[in-house]
Amino acid sequence: MGDAFDKEFPLTDIVSISDFSRSSIEFVLQQADLMEKTPREKKLGLLKGKVVASLFFEPSTRTRLSFETAAHNLGASVVGFADAATSSTKKGETLSDTIRMVSGYADLIVLRHFIEGAAKRAAEISHCNVINAGDGSNQHPTQTLLDLYTIQKEFGKIDGLSICFLGDLKYGRTVHGLAYALAMFKKIKLYLVAPEVLKMPKAIVEEVGDRIEIVQGEKLEEFLPELDVLYSTRIQKERFLDLLEYERVKSVYVLDKKLLESTKESFRIMHPLPRIDEIHPELDATNAALYFKQAANGIPVREALLDILSRRGKA
Amino acid sequence: MSSIGVKGVYVTPVQNGTALDHLNPGTSLKVLEVLKIKNARIGVAMNVESKKMGLKDIVFIEGVELSPEETEKIAFIGKGGTLNLIKNSVVVKKQELNYPQIASGIFKCLNPCCITNKELLETKFHIVSTSPLKAKCHYCEARMDENEITASIK
Repeated sequence: MGDAFDKEFPLTDIVSISDFSRSSIEFVLQQADLMEKTPREKKLGLLKGKVVASLFFEPSTRTRLSFETAAHNLGASVVGFADAATSSTKKGETLSDTIRMVSGYADLIVLRHFIEGAAKRAAEISHCNVINAGDGSNQHPTQTLLDLYTIQKEFGKIDGLSICFLGDLKYGRTVHGLAYALAMFKKIKLYLVAPEVLKMPKAIVEEVGDRIEIVQGEKLEEFLPELDVLYSTRIQKERFLDLLEYERVKSVYVLDKKLLESTKESFRIMHPLPRIDEIHPELDATNAALYFKQAANGIPVREALLDILSRRGKA
Repeated sequence: MSSIGVKGVYVTPVQNGTALDHLNPGTSLKVLEVLKIKNARIGVAMNVESKKMGLKDIVFIEGVELSPEETEKIAFIGKGGTLNLIKNSVVVKKQELNYPQIASGIFKCLNPCCITNKELLETKFHIVSTSPLKAKCHYCEARMDENEITASIK
């Protein structure tokens, strides 16, 4: 990839979407598109002889499986664990020590951890490249990149779209990361629809509000005809100290076929999954349902990231 | 001679050491608290008249020269104040107290889930705005405002 590679993708670790520029995001999306178009047998040699350590200290279905599938698709060997209880963490080992040790075994580390800032710390001390697969409520940059890839693929562009985030905007790290990423694009109109108790944090609204137009509200209906993308999120029960409060808001926004009556033909629904009841299954077979394609897009995006970092090296 | 002080305020002048002048009124005790200086002769003048500020605090510390780390730390309490280094009763260096761009090991992260509160690791913050003061944790990206920062200084 030569000089263009260094210029367009200066990162040696994928820690936070804030580390990206628009051009480095676009570079990943282009590489993901290439991966998707390349037959599997031609990709098998890309990470041949490399070892990817998949360290999941927290439960995950899509992220772990898609990372491990992506690594296998590129010919890498995968080691690691899906449950911290089976690692030395159970014996009291610190994350820093685990990373120092694993970075001596592997060529690349994929890390999910419940401690916020874990990936940043791991990237500082690891001899090999680190990819953040989610650190607590903080960052999940590969989810943000696959969300952007999904939008780009579906609409042929990201600039100029009207996008609505719906549901838990307070605790949902996917919408936080995506808000920062969308702020790097042009003429985005971002609607933030949430119950009062789950509104997007003020600090994020202030930071991205300088660069893109933001409209906040509690009622989805009035914005529907203008939307290109509705990004729905799960109301996370585990975040509520007061379960009565959770019961009040848990089913405030349930999307069903009636919703499509007032939307554009090109309107699409995204969701990071898992969903509980916020999207009725009757929508699954409609053109608007983009969420399963979105989950599938995790593969080419993660293949692209593994390939880019393995070529980039750590130095 | 050192020219630090205010008419009518009786504090033994510093012969060799440090005088922190133009501190916001009421902040001098917090400055001393975070400096944790022991076994030094310390003089404090609080809420004294100042042409520049209306009221100000002054701290005199005999026999102590602040390190760059200590100077950065007290800037988060006394920004805009003046650090005077005094030798043989003469001010040999004046320095305005300013925030560093990166604050390392100065204050704790407010986020209990941050790795700096879980492992033995020095905190690190990027100062993203100076007016109003806002800092972002290098690790967990938590944002902290001026009140939170002042209350978290170690």
